[in-house]
Amino acid sequence: MAFFLETLLGGLMAGMLYALVALGFVLIYKASGVFNFAQGAMVLFAALAMARFAEWSGEALGIGNPLVTSLLAFCGAAVVMFCVAWVIERFVLRHLVNQEGTTLLMATLGITYFLEGLGQSLFGSSIYKIDIGMPKDPVMILENVFEGGILLNKEDFYAALIAAALVALLSIFFQKTSTGRALRAVADDHQAAQSIGIPLNRIWVIVWCVAGVVALVAGMIWGSKLGVQFSLATVALRALPVVILGGLTSVPGAIVGGLIIGVGEKLSEVYLGHFIGGGIEIWFAYVLALGFLLVRPQGLFGEKIIDRV
Amino acid sequence: MSTKNIGDVILDVKNISLSFGGVKALTDISFNVREHEIRSIIGPNGAGKSSMLNCINGVYRPQVGAISFRGQTFSHMDSHQVATMGIGRTFQNLALFKGMSVLDNIMSGRNLKIKSNILLQALRIGPAEREEIMHREAVERIIDFLEIQAYRKTPVGQLPYGLQKRVDLGRALAMEPQVLLLDEPMAGMNVEEKQDMCRFVLDVNDEFGTTVVLIEHDMGVVMDISDRVVVLDYGKKIGDGTPAEVLANPDVISAYLGTSH
Repeated sequence: MAFFLETLLGGLMAGMLYALVALGFVLIYKASGVFNFAQGAMVLFAALAMARFAEWSGEALGIGNPLVTSLLAFCGAAVVMFCVAWVIERFVLRHLVNQEGTTLLMATLGITYFLEGLGQSLFGSSIYKIDIGMPKDPVMILENVFEGGILLNKEDFYAALIAAALVALLSIFFQKTSTGRALRAVADDHQAAQSIGIPLNRIWVIVWCVAGVVALVAGMIWGSKLGVQFSLATVALRALPVVILGGLTSVPGAIVGGLIIGVGEKLSEVYLGHFIGGGIEIWFAYVLALGFLLVRPQGLFGEKIIDRV
Repeated sequence: MSTKNIGDVILDVKNISLSFGGVKALTDISFNVREHEIRSIIGPNGAGKSSMLNCINGVYRPQVGAISFRGQTFSHMDSHQVATMGIGRTFQNLALFKGMSVLDNIMSGRNLKIKSNILLQALRIGPAEREEIMHREAVERIIDFLEIQAYRKTPVGQLPYGLQKRVDLGRALAMEPQVLLLDEPMAGMNVEEKQDMCRFVLDVNDEFGTTVVLIEHDMGVVMDISDRVVVLDYGKKIGDGTPAEVLANPDVISAYLGTSH
């Protein structure tokens, strides 16, 4: 029982991190109807910026405390992501108003390669580390309930907390504010949104800024776990099944989807692994997503697509 | 209709020409709209009616000509600016926010009017809450007016076509526009639905004094409710005047019924 719980907790926390990346996809899709292929590249770009800014600010100002340099670097990287958002809106999206979803998808594919290249030529292409001073040592909990207690990874735990807080904030923003309503309106119909005076350009800058910050948080957490390197861009691919499972248009869906995938991966590896020879963790999420597509193509929480014939 | 108090020219379209590549959608179109009137634009399919509306609305930029609104002259309009100046519109092909409820759709029409700080809105405190309630009341009045109380929380994608058209109108009304551009509000409706929609348009015009620019195919409807009518054919203006004048215009008759050669 203790072992099961431990696996479950590990899965939940890993799932929260997937959810964080998935959230980036959902945000942009919800608010502009674009499937943003560049989300992974944005995670990489943000993490690279943050890692190098922390390094540079530490050297330049002679600050040794990793928390202080991290904070400076976070703000710096956030500014960089705002600039990226503005540039994407000004030079790409503005010219593609009222275009097909496929056109916009292809545009984000272009942005992906551009960001990957630019990130590495600006910030370098070796492996960097982000140290935000998170405690790395695991703790034992519930020792008086189970024999030996449950091993909890503190780093994952804090990461999950940060992710949860971000999600709560975003949900409120979308559901309760007029800007959130405007964002949802833009996602549904560009022209109609314009006709009631919603400034499309400003909305797009806002949503790409928010997605940039989400990418930055994801990049920071994943970067501090795995190191900042090119492979971070592929983290986004791990989040794809999460988005399919949870639904492209739902913030809670991204979370629940992330948790299901995280838990499913860990449990299947542990309990099914020895029947079919292990290595399940790598493909389990995709198979689960595929199965889901057959049953509920709009995802768990996605908006049901109703078409009048 | 005789009691109606038609005012000065509020919207003046001067010599508008619009082409897409080699296709001339509009050629040298001029007409004006007076305050509080119902001004219809009619013409066969492809005559350029929707293009005209899209020029006024800022979706298209005409290559030649100018549009004046309340004395201010523009060579082309900007969508956002048009909305802030008080021109609302509905769409020929429904352009509602399908995933959102009826309430949210109409509420989104008040977006420009919501002024409170986004942080206060998120927390639902103080002035933001009062403002939200005020706007909600305005939206409820529109819902009552359009008789769609029962569908408040329904996602609009699930509503029948006729009701979706009402929500489209409701969203435009939520802006409290001075001029309302209606692009075929009765297209695809049955007789009863058309009667309802006519009543709404007349009521809006009558009660709120909203100026209406109407594109419509149903000649009966147009001749019944319009104060003045513009007739377009192949992007050119072929008639302009009261319904009776337009009906007597030989060019209009030949455009609609064909000519004998």
